[in-house]
Amino acid sequence: MSEQTKRSAGVPGAEDVFAVPGEPIADQAYLSAGADWDQIIESQRERADEIIVVNLGPQHPSTHGVMRLVLEMDGETVMSCRPGIGFLHTGIEKNSEYRTWTQGSTFFTRMNYVGGIHNEAAYSLAVDKLLDITDEIPRRGNQLRVLAMETNRIASHLTAVGANCLELGATSPQEVGLRERERILEFTEALTGLRMNNAYIRPGGVQNDMPDDGIDLLDELIKQLRINVPEIALFMLDNPIFKARTQGVGVLDLSTCMMFGMTGPVLRSTGYPWDLRKTQPYLGYDHYEFDVCTETSADAYGRFKIRCDEMMESLRILEQVRDELAESQGEPYRIQDPALEWPSELTVGADGQGNSNEHIKHIMGESMEALIYHFKKVTEGFKVPAGQVYMAIEGPAGELAAHLVSDGGTRPYRAHMRDPGFNHVQALPIMSEGAMLSDLLMALASLDPVMGGVDR
Amino acid sequence: MSEKNPEIGDSKATGAADKSATEPQARAKRELVAQDAGSASGLAGSGLHAHLDQVLVPHAPAEAPVVTVRKGMWGPGSGSGDTSGFQGMTRVIELGGQVTPPFGGWFDDVADRIAELVPHFASRVMVWRGDITFFVPRDKLLEVAKVLRDDPALRFEVCMSVSGVHYPEMIGEELHSVYNLLSFTHNRRICLEVTCPDDDRHIPSLVSVYPMVNYHERETWDMFGIIYDGHPALTRILMPDDWVGHPQRKDYPLGGIPVEYKGAVVPPPDERRSYQA
Repeated sequence: MSEQTKRSAGVPGAEDVFAVPGEPIADQAYLSAGADWDQIIESQRERADEIIVVNLGPQHPSTHGVMRLVLEMDGETVMSCRPGIGFLHTGIEKNSEYRTWTQGSTFFTRMNYVGGIHNEAAYSLAVDKLLDITDEIPRRGNQLRVLAMETNRIASHLTAVGANCLELGATSPQEVGLRERERILEFTEALTGLRMNNAYIRPGGVQNDMPDDGIDLLDELIKQLRINVPEIALFMLDNPIFKARTQGVGVLDLSTCMMFGMTGPVLRSTGYPWDLRKTQPYLGYDHYEFDVCTETSADAYGRFKIRCDEMMESLRILEQVRDELAESQGEPYRIQDPALEWPSELTVGADGQGNSNEHIKHIMGESMEALIYHFKKVTEGFKVPAGQVYMAIEGPAGELAAHLVSDGGTRPYRAHMRDPGFNHVQALPIMSEGAMLSDLLMALASLDPVMGGVDR
Repeated sequence: MSEKNPEIGDSKATGAADKSATEPQARAKRELVAQDAGSASGLAGSGLHAHLDQVLVPHAPAEAPVVTVRKGMWGPGSGSGDTSGFQGMTRVIELGGQVTPPFGGWFDDVADRIAELVPHFASRVMVWRGDITFFVPRDKLLEVAKVLRDDPALRFEVCMSVSGVHYPEMIGEELHSVYNLLSFTHNRRICLEVTCPDDDRHIPSLVSVYPMVNYHERETWDMFGIIYDGHPALTRILMPDDWVGHPQRKDYPLGGIPVEYKGAVVPPPDERRSYQA
């Protein structure tokens, strides 16, 4: 064995190459570059039972954003897993205390950026509840909210199942997922003016009505999604490699789910049909026909299948909303209350989203009072009675809820988002300890945490 | 503004008490899973709530908690004077919805059953927008939570969320910890609220009863500095480990720098003139 090989193979007692000159040797440094495999194996044999610490992340592509997992590994087996989160903490909750209630939508949509419209919805419904105007929202407003949310749910699930496959090394389903998500984002852009970070759902309704060709675009979207979305399930669900990697992996039975407060596809994969759209309906979800998808395997495979099935159920809801929107054409899309509604009509023009020309003409050329009123509404906002509410909706990953406190002013006194990903990450150790490292990544993917929502 | 948004000083207890009679019932109608709820305890059909007078602690409820007292029209902003003409106006801002028993609907079933098992468990009860909040003294929190989880007639299996609120002007109860409980069995939600003074920031941890609050309590410690006694590892979770201070407290500045654009300077958001009145 040459001198070179000795050092690189890390014979115990060799000098600590990472130490600062003069520093006492703190630990054994093991290097395994530049030797033949049999020599490396021979030199490592005596410490084969040693547990090593692996830092997975925070920039690892398989951890859904910036998430750090501190793992103690015995060979390929995970002995302990400690998630480290907070790398994407942006202080949205604190910031929104310094902005008006309307501006809150703009902040909250940036939490879970994949399912952003659901954040806006949870926040806006909570503000509606504080204002006690939930029953006064025009039906078209609620229909447009459901339209935006269900398209967004499909986009979020496409990302979840696509990323899940990508972590297995299967790139084609992710390509399908991105392709179909692109269709949805294009439709969302036509509807709201933006692909992501929409701030479309606002307290009192939505920001703008559908474009004139909205129904045609929606028809085309539904038609394409009906053809293409099932492709992922057809690719994967019977694939023997996929089954071997996901079946029996990341198991959480019903009592463990209760212990960790799991909701969404994770809870439904135990066979418990809990979906807030059915059990505690909001936005008129109770009159849409759709099924709550459940599986009984309680594993990563079941959750994947539930997400595939739920996309088809969302398409069923979209078809019903499409007929309702065609019927309610021309009706108001936000609350008819001059104290609460946004003063201007927002439209989507060729150069993006902006105020309608009629409104600009009115305030700039015809009515000084209208200009003052516009200015007051936009800079000051509206007041919300003092009190606190908790409003929960069924987000793509589970219970997504806003806890809002008002002190009677024009800005939130405290705004807190209960993100399902934040809650679900704490179940990762119990899903993965004792399993292989590759199972841990499937367990993580089956939770579908989005770090923007986890860290807020 | 219009009568659409009455200041809470006008509408607090009376309006909310009227609401409490109707809203829970309307809400109860929507419940789908409540079938065999009462049969376990025989409460639902009985209509008897013998323990409602034991819900509140003696000499409760105190007056509704005052969030703040406001003067004038403009909040503390960039220092420019209040030129609105309303600078002499003074308003007391209270949280809405304080009620005394009965609360209406299934709220009475829940309150009665808790009072039977843990008498005098609430220092204050709020019913607001169809939701009920029990203010629980911190020394009774664990006992109440255990009952809420285990009793068949209550069965709140999950604590969905823990959220802190800092009310610097509520002397003696500056820090609040708000727990939202969900019962899958009965399809109900209630809210518990526990307060502690700023100079004694201790609240018992619920992790032993509700393991899922582990991260939520860590976040509330991180953001508000509430120490949850008995938590297995109360460390920072969102902020860096060596961070000083608790950022979502009201006495923690938002931060930010003035931005200059074409010669004009825009102050950071927390120093701009606000209309927070």
